[in-house]
Amino acid sequence: MSTVAVIDYGMGNLHSIAKALQHAEPECNVDVTSSPESILDADRVVFPGVGAIRDCMQALNQSGLSKVITEAAKTKPFLGICLGLQALLTDNEENGHTQTLNIIPGHVVRFAESLQDSDGNILKIPHMGWNQVHQIQHPLWEDIPQGSRFYFVHSYYAKPDNDFVIAGTAEYPTAFACALAQKNIFAVQFHPEKSHAVGLQLLKNFLHWDGRFD
Amino acid sequence: MSLAKRIIPCLDVDNGRVVKGVKFVDIRDAGDPVEIARRYDKEGADEITFLDITATHDNRDTIVHVVEQVASEVFIPLTVGGGIRTLDDIRRMLNAGADKVGINSAAVFNPDFVREAAERFGSQCIVVAIDAKKVSPPNEADRWEIFTHGGRKGTGIDAVEWAKNMVSYGAGEILLTSMDRDGTRIGFDLPLTRAISEAVSVPVIASGGVGCLDHLADGIIEGKADAVLAASIFHFAEYTIQQAKERMAERGIEVRL
Repeated sequence: MSTVAVIDYGMGNLHSIAKALQHAEPECNVDVTSSPESILDADRVVFPGVGAIRDCMQALNQSGLSKVITEAAKTKPFLGICLGLQALLTDNEENGHTQTLNIIPGHVVRFAESLQDSDGNILKIPHMGWNQVHQIQHPLWEDIPQGSRFYFVHSYYAKPDNDFVIAGTAEYPTAFACALAQKNIFAVQFHPEKSHAVGLQLLKNFLHWDGRFD
Repeated sequence: MSLAKRIIPCLDVDNGRVVKGVKFVDIRDAGDPVEIARRYDKEGADEITFLDITATHDNRDTIVHVVEQVASEVFIPLTVGGGIRTLDDIRRMLNAGADKVGINSAAVFNPDFVREAAERFGSQCIVVAIDAKKVSPPNEADRWEIFTHGGRKGTGIDAVEWAKNMVSYGAGEILLTSMDRDGTRIGFDLPLTRAISEAVSVPVIASGGVGCLDHLADGIIEGKADAVLAASIFHFAEYTIQQAKERMAERGIEVRL
């Protein structure tokens, strides 16, 4: 069975994502790695991450992994998770202004303060917990019911320049892009590795995806 | 369509074993935190919290192994609290598979620890646990203070101010326990929960006093909590998490069913 490289650049909990991938597809070979060769040799790549974007970009630039990620994102089935989604866009307003990888054109912005729900309650930031995702046609949603809840924890969200890359939205309180798709790349703001059965299904779909999407 | 309110079962773990009786009929070992976590996961828990009450430092590795094992087969967020005092404690828990850590007394003794932890690991994984007790006399405006050492030592610190302070230091979530209500089964301290929840921008988990399913719903509706935590009503299998969610849904609360 195929090899999946989980990129290790010192940002966050890779134990969970590795375990979840293995659980979703016991046959696959999960390699948590910071080696450029291993990442480029793998059949598919997972780009995870939690924390602050500035630290993330610093770690990627210092290790030289930025180039490796950009290269891998051109050809292989590629899954960005949380900060791994945000880093794919052009820039991020966190930490002042942070330049990111510019693989998917667009910006990452913070949820506005003092947003209210329909009952007039202030919405808390971070957006934390299980929210419903409205799916837009893509192989990675296969066998996942429309409107399923996934686990989120974030204060910033992506605003891609092109609406056609949006593969899923959630509401907080208005709709925002929580899944992006561009050719062989799929990226999610939520945490599939923490989203119970539907999250494992998404990971399984990724592990069986040939990277094609028109 | 919106964000669901969360139900979080809490397990008190001493030397790797769950304390307080657990009476599920279909589990082999009622003291095994892994088996109980698996059960809660199956019932639809939104997260699981482990509170490590192991007294001796030497035995603290046991909770790391518990988290590792649970994280290998339960794919929902896990929080570990109790005895988190150093950045290294946090790193060990996160590496073991925890998503968040709860910082309690260490925050009171050294608030900068919360700032350092949030800067190093991100606010998303830093939960500041607040144990509060009402100190205002009857007939006066409500006032609550922070207590440490399981509610035995007062600090003179105002709970609402402290919560705001902790958020400014980088707490990503507040776990609020009423020491007056803990173990009483008469419901959350709703005015306390509401006062803190309305004072801070981050999510608040209500804890302490749950005795029936309506108490959970009250914590959300009247206490304005974002999540509710309970131990004994689930441990003794009086109610399943599924039943709790159904009751909350009946009361008009959005839950993940």
